Amino acid sequence: MERIIVAGFGGQGVLSLGQLLTYAAMYENQYATWLPSYGPEMRGGTANCSVVIDAVKPVASPIIAVADTLIAMNKPSLDKFQGCVRDGGLVIINSSLISDKCSNEHANAVYVDANRIAHENGNNKASNLVILGAYIKKSGLFPKEVILSTIEKVYANKPQFIPSNKACFEAGYELF
Amino acid sequence: MAERKLMKGNEAIAEAAIRGGCRFYAGYPITPQNEIPEYMSWRLPQVGGRFIQAESEISAINMVYGAAGAGARAMTSSSSPGISLKQEGISYICGAELPCVIINMVRSGPGLGGIQPAQSDYFQTVKGGGHGDYRMLVYSPCSVQECVDLLYDAYEKAERYRLPVMILGDGMLGQIMEAVTLPEMKDLSALPKKAWATDGTGFGDTRRVINSLYIVPDELEAMNHKLQRIYDEMCRNEVLCEDYLLDDAEIVITAYGTVARIAKSAVDILREQGIKAGLLRPITLYPFPKDDFAKVMNAANVKEVVAVELSMGQYVEDVRLAAEGKKPVKFYGRSGGNVMSPEDIVDFVLKEVK
Amino acid sequence: MATVFEKPSFLTDVPFHYCPGCTHGIAHRLVAEALDEIGAQGHCVGVAPVGCAVFAYNYFNCDMQEAAHGRAPAVATGIKLTNPDNIVFAYQGDGDLASIGMAEIVHAATRGVNITVIFINNAIYGMTGGQMAPTTLLGQKATTCPSGRSAEVNGYPIRMCEMLATLDGPSYIARCSLADVKSVKQAKKAVLKAFQNQKEGKGFSFVELLSTCPTNWHMSPVQALDYVKNQMTAQYPLGVFKEV
Repeated sequence: MERIIVAGFGGQGVLSLGQLLTYAAMYENQYATWLPSYGPEMRGGTANCSVVIDAVKPVASPIIAVADTLIAMNKPSLDKFQGCVRDGGLVIINSSLISDKCSNEHANAVYVDANRIAHENGNNKASNLVILGAYIKKSGLFPKEVILSTIEKVYANKPQFIPSNKACFEAGYELF
Repeated sequence: MAERKLMKGNEAIAEAAIRGGCRFYAGYPITPQNEIPEYMSWRLPQVGGRFIQAESEISAINMVYGAAGAGARAMTSSSSPGISLKQEGISYICGAELPCVIINMVRSGPGLGGIQPAQSDYFQTVKGGGHGDYRMLVYSPCSVQECVDLLYDAYEKAERYRLPVMILGDGMLGQIMEAVTLPEMKDLSALPKKAWATDGTGFGDTRRVINSLYIVPDELEAMNHKLQRIYDEMCRNEVLCEDYLLDDAEIVITAYGTVARIAKSAVDILREQGIKAGLLRPITLYPFPKDDFAKVMNAANVKEVVAVELSMGQYVEDVRLAAEGKKPVKFYGRSGGNVMSPEDIVDFVLKEVK
Repeated sequence: MATVFEKPSFLTDVPFHYCPGCTHGIAHRLVAEALDEIGAQGHCVGVAPVGCAVFAYNYFNCDMQEAAHGRAPAVATGIKLTNPDNIVFAYQGDGDLASIGMAEIVHAATRGVNITVIFINNAIYGMTGGQMAPTTLLGQKATTCPSGRSAEVNGYPIRMCEMLATLDGPSYIARCSLADVKSVKQAKKAVLKAFQNQKEGKGFSFVELLSTCPTNWHMSPVQALDYVKNQMTAQYPLGVFKEV
């Protein structure tokens, strides 16, 4: 079982990053839940979602108090959630926007200059896919090809974004 | 190959209702269930159904009264404050014996409250809500797939007993996304004609009246007895309940809806720690699964029961009634839109239960 | 022997429960005659209100639904959308339509839903025993304004036709009186038109009928008819307010 919190502010693709993972699990015949924060804070404020993936049995709790992975896209998200990550868990930090280091000493922190890499790969809005690439490589949750084909399926109605999304994902994947 | 899709709870409910035969929807915007009317607004016309955004919750439930009375498979949805407004109409629908489906994606109260998940409408849903002696068939699904499965056959149940089927969900259930397998669209042309429906064809001796007014006490009492017989039959036939690791359980956690999933994870954690925990999850809240509870309350291995819910203690009252004093029943609740984690439940059990 | 007068087929054989001198009976008959004339047998559903006409479902000889207080236009909307080819009507009093059901009637009208609404305005709550209605005249006594309606305390009477005529949705809005033979004949034409409109798919049609309540007005039937003619029509002028 993998419990992932993805957090950032609205517009960073936080919710869609979580959804891509959930789609990938479905296409792989695994079990997954995606639970977003909802409410007035969505408009211009912070957004987060909890994703639980289980390869063998249906997910029970979609609520995450202890996370295996935190993906923090901005500083308030890191501050809020890094304490939830279990010992030996993973914290992926978007270092383009966060200058702080991870203060959870029991977690493995990884820093990704996601905004810059997304820009270099032709899609300023795809910093979430750079992070996703880094996460998939680090966690080994799914083979790279699964995510690439998930991107194709999920963005089938916006085909113009598929090449740059894939490029950003691969760039993140190749970082480690 | 059945269709497998990743869907939000609210959207899956709308689609499953349509595949189960819903052809009329009236509703009013309120968070956190807005995906239901939004989905219905474009989807119902595709299948020859009618969507209408009503001017109020009250109007919406009365449109459902009219449409259901005229024979349509009708539905409305809302969240707690809106469901409060609908209570008058729900009472009339029950009094006039009209089948329909009502969704309540519960948010925290009282008053305007908040928009985050809660289960604080339990009393309102299973103990009445509106005026008079009436009951509904109340489901509390815990997953998107269970929403789909229950909605798909909800109209058959509603029409069999001629009463509303209420889905008692919460904000979490409406917003969560999970993979679901969607069933085929039901063939409505194969359904038997509703002889009681005011479809307009009645005239003179064949005319039908949809009504809940019985001004003569004996007639109304007879009507109430008739309704009670229907409710009794429903209670015999429709109880749904899930149990998990109860065979040797010493501590039985009981919860419904999404909270039961959280409790299930808590049971797993407790088992890892060597504590024999189990879970009893009602799927129907009315009828209440009395026999399943009786088994737990009479089991020699069970030492204590813990009722977990997102309220200040409503569901726990029915659990205590079912316990009949045979087992101690502890209560753990969160409110205001706060949701407990599996670890919170584990902590409660470790601290409060011997 | 030649039949010169008979009960419309749209009325049942059940005797009306209305008080002596009440004009509900006339209004029922006008509705039934109109339904006969447009040939609505076998494709008609009526909606009864809460109020004096609560038992209308016993009197109209077609499929009927009894609505909660004020909700008849919403119920009728549900019925109409389910079977759009049916003739669907709501029959409501002033407390039902202009007070507790104000939202329902305004929104049914602005939606232009193709139904016919018959509005009985007798300026009083009859069924509950003579309380002030939204249409009670200034100075008129009622059990909840025993010294007469005052604008200061109770506000002003509502003119429904004029209000609804400001909306783009309705197709036909008219006010008639049931106070004398001539008025009843005009009312009959208006009611018929409101149903013909529906049959022709023209949309929301509304006829207000100024009516009596001798019991709660504490008048003889003749005095009550004079009150409609002299007092009510001054506050509620007769006429067609909208015709599209």
